[in-house]
Amino acid sequence: MTTFGLDTFGDVTHDASGTPLTHAQTIRNVVEQGVLADQVGLGFFGIGEHHTPDMPLSAADVVLAAIAARTSSIHLGSAVTVLSSDDPVRVYQRFSTLNAVSDGRAEVILGRGSSVDSFPLFGYDLADYEDLFEEKTHLFAELLKGGPITWQGKTRASLHEQDVVPYTEPFPTWIGVGGSPQSVVRAASYGFSLMLAIIGGHPGRFAPFSELYQHALEKFGRDPLPIGIHSPGHVAPTDEEAREEFWPHYLDMIGRLGRTRGFATPTPESYAHEVGPHGALFVGSPETVAEKMARTMKKLGASRFDLKYGIGGLSHESLMRTIELYGTKVVPMVRDMLA
Amino acid sequence: MKIAVLGAGHVGPVIARLALAAGYEVGIAGSGDPARIEMITEFLAPGAVALPAADAVADADLVVLAIPWHRFPTLEPGMFAGKVVIDSMNHWPPAEAPLGTSEEVARRLVGADVVKTLNHVAYQDMEPAGGRAVGIAGDSPDAVRAVAEFLEHIGFDPVPVGPLAAGRLLEPGSPVFGVAARRQEFENFIKEQS
Repeated sequence: MTTFGLDTFGDVTHDASGTPLTHAQTIRNVVEQGVLADQVGLGFFGIGEHHTPDMPLSAADVVLAAIAARTSSIHLGSAVTVLSSDDPVRVYQRFSTLNAVSDGRAEVILGRGSSVDSFPLFGYDLADYEDLFEEKTHLFAELLKGGPITWQGKTRASLHEQDVVPYTEPFPTWIGVGGSPQSVVRAASYGFSLMLAIIGGHPGRFAPFSELYQHALEKFGRDPLPIGIHSPGHVAPTDEEAREEFWPHYLDMIGRLGRTRGFATPTPESYAHEVGPHGALFVGSPETVAEKMARTMKKLGASRFDLKYGIGGLSHESLMRTIELYGTKVVPMVRDMLA
Repeated sequence: MKIAVLGAGHVGPVIARLALAAGYEVGIAGSGDPARIEMITEFLAPGAVALPAADAVADADLVVLAIPWHRFPTLEPGMFAGKVVIDSMNHWPPAEAPLGTSEEVARRLVGADVVKTLNHVAYQDMEPAGGRAVGIAGDSPDAVRAVAEFLEHIGFDPVPVGPLAAGRLLEPGSPVFGVAARRQEFENFIKEQS
């Protein structure tokens, strides 16, 4: 089964005059966006945890519960939950609760986090990045088995025959992977699905990761599991409109991130490359985006595609149009192309 | 010529693939038991041999450090004596002011010839190398020459930027960091700095 979803990092949107909306209004708008995603028939809506003034969605599960109350079929999840700086017990409890509220529509995508703002906020050392994720992923996998849990590690208090509630049906769990092969093997070893976060460069370069994952699942004696793709994009009626709308905000965001994370400032040439057939931005008309999605999904053997829509500075109205075009035009075309 | 790539994360397998494609023999090491990276090697750098770090380094003419900076102190420094070592690491999160990872590497790896390069190219932009300009900084002319030859063989256009201390010009925050620059732009930038 092929599933198409949307992810957002909940960037602060602007009104028509370019003034930023409040955090509260931005969050209410994300609820509306999730409801629209359900109405246009999409299969998943995900919110990526962030902790910055321009991305204030720090408590995604609360927002997802609000969306759950107003929808009936769309699956709701994180994209990603920064497990390294969270308590796996609380993550399990919050998403089990979401699973109950939504009648079994919760999913979790676990990540180490490429935005590392949560580390100082919660008192973690970035030098422990891998160890935290490894140990906490193990605990989370144990919690998913249900029943009283006994566990011992370095990153939280030990558990002895501990009930961790609520008990709900198991929910799909993914690991979001940006480029770490160890994370691919880890996902397979726990029986978690693989979400490839492709945010720059040629999407085709991830094909060996898909092969590694499928081989690792086999080696660990597990049944095949879905591979998904998460990539940023923006849809408008024409290529030109989509590219022009997205560009100033992309330039602004990558330029700002670059100062703290070492990214190069985009140029018109690098942007043209990323939105073109060999880049990772799914920006364009419904036809252009659909064609690129279908090609990428085939190449990587993916049965799930989550378009990460929205970027700081765009308007809520523009995001709603992207959601509508994605659900009503792009996805049906991709389904035809994959059939 | 044999290459040892230390690190089987984001960067290591990419450099291993480029070296294999150019006809080099490649040993690759992660942290600890090589069995842990056998599957990764088989799919991401087929043809490379997963080895314990000490074995990979002992066999190699050229060693590439492709590990996170905070793991560097865990490397046993003695095994690098007499080796040419490429430092492709960066401070993470980026330091307020460039600290020169390579100078720290050279201080710790006594007897090794350290050359700074490739740290300013994102792993997703390394393949294909496509003749992209890469800065190269080192104190030993022979080591710089050997590394430049290696970089040319795997598809880059190495641009000398000076002694090891000049490797700071390649670190995060530099106008060439993460930028697909050509030789001319690179040389202009280096000239402006001197």
